[in-house]
Amino acid sequence: MENMPEQNQKKNNTGYTKYILVWFTLIILTGLTVSLAGMDLGRITVATALLIASIKSSLVLSVFMHLKSEQKAFKVFVLVALFFIVVSFVLLFSDYSSY
Amino acid sequence: MISSPENTAAVNIHRDDIGTRMGIWLFLFTELLLFGGMFFIYSIYRFLHQNEFHLAALELNVIVGTFNTAILLTSSLTIALSIAAIQNDNKKLSVILQIMTLVLGAAFLVNKYFEWMAKINHGIYPGSDLLLSKKPGEILFFGLYYVMTGLHGLHVIIGMVLIAVMLRLTVRNKIDSNNFVRLEAAGLYWHLVDIIWIFLFPLFYLIT
Repeated sequence: MENMPEQNQKKNNTGYTKYILVWFTLIILTGLTVSLAGMDLGRITVATALLIASIKSSLVLSVFMHLKSEQKAFKVFVLVALFFIVVSFVLLFSDYSSY
Repeated sequence: MISSPENTAAVNIHRDDIGTRMGIWLFLFTELLLFGGMFFIYSIYRFLHQNEFHLAALELNVIVGTFNTAILLTSSLTIALSIAAIQNDNKKLSVILQIMTLVLGAAFLVNKYFEWMAKINHGIYPGSDLLLSKKPGEILFFGLYYVMTGLHGLHVIIGMVLIAVMLRLTVRNKIDSNNFVRLEAAGLYWHLVDIIWIFLFPLFYLIT
């Protein structure tokens, strides 16, 4: 892969339709999260909002930011970064949950 | 044929597009630390002052927030399409899409300005008498609201400057279908700014 010219590597990112479909999905998900916020879901309100935000982010990361077609190293990097964010949150709340 | 070595040398100037993109990703992780820290503070204060956060969030305008979310998502689409356009050798389309991204970014900031001014005119700003008379949780909520949306707004401005530079480079053919990694880098930054907003929006506007 390393020795291939840039053009060959990037051919799969040149279609427009894929981006428009992802944008459409993002807008739908925004509508969904706004309408769900209007309902009383009780304890799962925040979890639902964060779940939808995570789905939206993964769409942006994989398609808009081309993570899907990048080399494996990029994906590993992002996963490591996200892993440490999650670890920090878990440690943070294990500390505060006793309050 | 004798002159070809010079030509080849000009074409073979060392360029490492993968390295450039990886550098940008590493930079984006530092941005994640910056905003991540703020999300940590938000989540802890929210956990400690749940009812007051709910009450304070009622003051924010969901319609303006939703509208701004749509604007930023659309601007992410236009910058992604502008990269696809330059890859397809369609300079004109790429330029139009980059200009659209700038216009959408400006529209986001204009909305933000009116939103902030509405709050400030109602006497809700850091250190105001009205805000200080409220409960601790509400003071914390608005403090975080101004700092986090303010820092995000600063990132939108930086992103717009970067895209404006890319626009100039594209117009001058410095960015073309063979060399567009700088446009990609600006795009990656712009998408990160979008992702941060994707989380800011529900956490500030939709927790009522």
